[in-house]
Amino acid sequence: MTDTLGVNMSALCRDCLTTFDTTGRCLSCGSPRVVRHAELLDLTIAHMDCDAFYASVEKRDNPALMDRPVIIGGGDRGVVSTACYIARIHGVKSAMPMFQARKLCPDAVVIKPRMSVYADVSRQIRQMMDEMTPAIEPLSLDEAFLDLSGTQTLHGLPPAVTLARLILRMRRELGLTGSIGLSHNKFLAKIASDMNKPHGFSVIGRAETADFLRDKPVRLIWGVGAATQQSLDRAGIHTFADLLRWDQSDLVARFGAMGDRLWHLARGMDNRTVQRNAPMKSISNETTFHTDITDRDLLLGHLWRLCEKVSDRAKAKELAGRVATLKLKTKAFKTLTRRVTLRDATQLADTLYRHLAPLLDVETTQGPFRLIGAGLSDLCPQDQAERVGDLLDPMAHKRGQAERATDQIRAKFGTDAIFKGRALR
Amino acid sequence: MKLSIERATLLKAVSQAQSVVERRNTIPILANVLIEAEGDTASFRATDLDIEVVDKANAHIERAGATTVSAVTLHEIVRKLPDGALVTLTDDSATGRLTVEAGRSNFSLATLPKEDFPVMATSEYTANFSAPAPVLRRLFDKSKFAISTEETRYYLNGVYMHVADADGGQVLRCVATDGHRLARIDADLPDGAAGTPGVIVPRKTVAELRKLLDDDDMQIAVSVSETKVRFATPSITLTSKVIDGTFPDYTRVIPTGNTRRLEVDANDFAKAVDRVATVSSERSRAVKLSLDEDRLVLSVNSPDSGAAEEELAVAYADEPLEIGFNAKYLLEIASQVDRENAVFMFNSSGDPTLMREGNDTTAVYLVMPMRV
Repeated sequence: MTDTLGVNMSALCRDCLTTFDTTGRCLSCGSPRVVRHAELLDLTIAHMDCDAFYASVEKRDNPALMDRPVIIGGGDRGVVSTACYIARIHGVKSAMPMFQARKLCPDAVVIKPRMSVYADVSRQIRQMMDEMTPAIEPLSLDEAFLDLSGTQTLHGLPPAVTLARLILRMRRELGLTGSIGLSHNKFLAKIASDMNKPHGFSVIGRAETADFLRDKPVRLIWGVGAATQQSLDRAGIHTFADLLRWDQSDLVARFGAMGDRLWHLARGMDNRTVQRNAPMKSISNETTFHTDITDRDLLLGHLWRLCEKVSDRAKAKELAGRVATLKLKTKAFKTLTRRVTLRDATQLADTLYRHLAPLLDVETTQGPFRLIGAGLSDLCPQDQAERVGDLLDPMAHKRGQAERATDQIRAKFGTDAIFKGRALR
Repeated sequence: MKLSIERATLLKAVSQAQSVVERRNTIPILANVLIEAEGDTASFRATDLDIEVVDKANAHIERAGATTVSAVTLHEIVRKLPDGALVTLTDDSATGRLTVEAGRSNFSLATLPKEDFPVMATSEYTANFSAPAPVLRRLFDKSKFAISTEETRYYLNGVYMHVADADGGQVLRCVATDGHRLARIDADLPDGAAGTPGVIVPRKTVAELRKLLDDDDMQIAVSVSETKVRFATPSITLTSKVIDGTFPDYTRVIPTGNTRRLEVDANDFAKAVDRVATVSSERSRAVKLSLDEDRLVLSVNSPDSGAAEEELAVAYADEPLEIGFNAKYLLEIASQVDRENAVFMFNSSGDPTLMREGNDTTAVYLVMPMRV
């Protein structure tokens, strides 16, 4: 954490990247934007999180939006994927239903996400990070863990400086800002990056870890959602101090593997490494309807289009999956998830659809629905997929070939060049 | 009700009952066995609403009557009683308890009223015939491995028992398939079986039926209707709903044009397949068969874990062929062969392969190849 009165504090100017150890503004350029911490030059695990990424990209590409509240999200029925900081002042948050966001901030400019643009920008940021360290674990398009251990000899600069330089480059070359959390493990780095947003640079050192955590609520822990929070509440655990009162064995007995993790995290301990290219675990897409849908044919039409999306992504990643999942959300926001294990892994939209459609048929009585989703999980390389034919479905092979041919036609002439009749429902 | 019965007789009756009741069910009475005592017979009835089993046993009936008690608990008690014990069951309607006494052991079990016990509606059976236990045993034992567990194709979750036309006239035939494997087993048509409607006997019924078929000399009375099937010995009656669905037309998928013939000792083949499959790292355990003149090479090549190869002397006189299979499927069909050599009939590496025992066409197996 920064401390302006500190003695023996290392300081780093975030504008000119000078390091020094006196108090006050930067000795070299006079900037007030100085980060100070006793362990500043020793810590190596960082979390970088872009500030309101999608919204910032939109504002960058259309300066007229600069001073206006901007919300990235879809339609009346979708959810907010990103709100710019102006919209956040009105109380708009990510994942909030769109109608609520519009109510809170009627002036907001709502923009449909342009995922391919964001992905491009994300790749540019990734390239900058690749120059810093090989140990990068992206969590999404706009955030990543970085392990900079041992990079000081390579760059001749301490990790903190390398990180500050990344943020400078992002601002100068891409016109985007991001926040850095620097600490001694992933758990704390992630908390730190969120402490001083936007354009923040926060440090949690080993020395103050215990003090820092003590009165913080346990929901700071990534992965503690409403359900875990509830069972923690029942156990009287609200803050990290409450956690510290529990024996490791009692926590494990009560919360299983999560209990063990809680015990360690309460002590600021997290030994997860920064994993480059953490393997993808599932591929899924979902869509929220404009108006709730009961009609089976309409639902099947949506399901087919989702199966195609999932299949396209699987094919692009050269992956196949053994478990097909159908997700439905009812009018009353109740989520239903139904899954089926396939005998043979698949990446074909047709196979996925043929397994999910019967699952949908069973649930149609629970409608009307506001959302439908399709997914593939238990992934494997594509050469392990579709290896055994079906005696009772000799046409399956032909349909597979037809789908591959369709893919080739689309690759050449565009997605609308050819599609199945069921896509029109 | 009060009756005395020999422990071994009781154990047999109760163990069949407890395997029919569902372990996890929400209707308490379905966990119970209905015990009815009359004349010199005690009958034990259990059901899961799809299957009903009634086991009649000789007993000394002191007072006729009926009650229901937890099948699993009663089974556990009887199982733990010493061999040769005489067990007395006494129903006390005042306390609603069933007392189980044997030697110095005494148990008192909660009961539920016999009136609550669901008795399966009787069916008008359109066909009745009798078949020796070994015949039914072969029909179901050799087909059941191919039963599907896929819920979406529920009509494959059983054995399709029906009358079919074979080369030598009509036969009683059992077919099961999961789309990857298929078993087609024929038996001589028993007297009176002509005109029997085809029914899909559910997996669980097949498992329960198996317990009736151990005695080689037993004649099994079979009754079939469109919706139910019944198998009965003099002491046990197993009644089951059949799967309400249409079994696919399997005759279309049985190849007639497979001409490449491999003959191999089934046991040697199975052992070799099992050995080479050891190094396979994937779940699918693919084994490649490379056939050349009188030579079969089994191989597994998995980039992650290693490779294995084994050569077998076989009878093969066609042009060379390479074809892959799931090792598990090969082992399953090879284990069905017990008298003669296994004969495989191949077409191409993408078409279903047929397997039979020698030239015996009364047991035919299909297996889909796997891309390797």
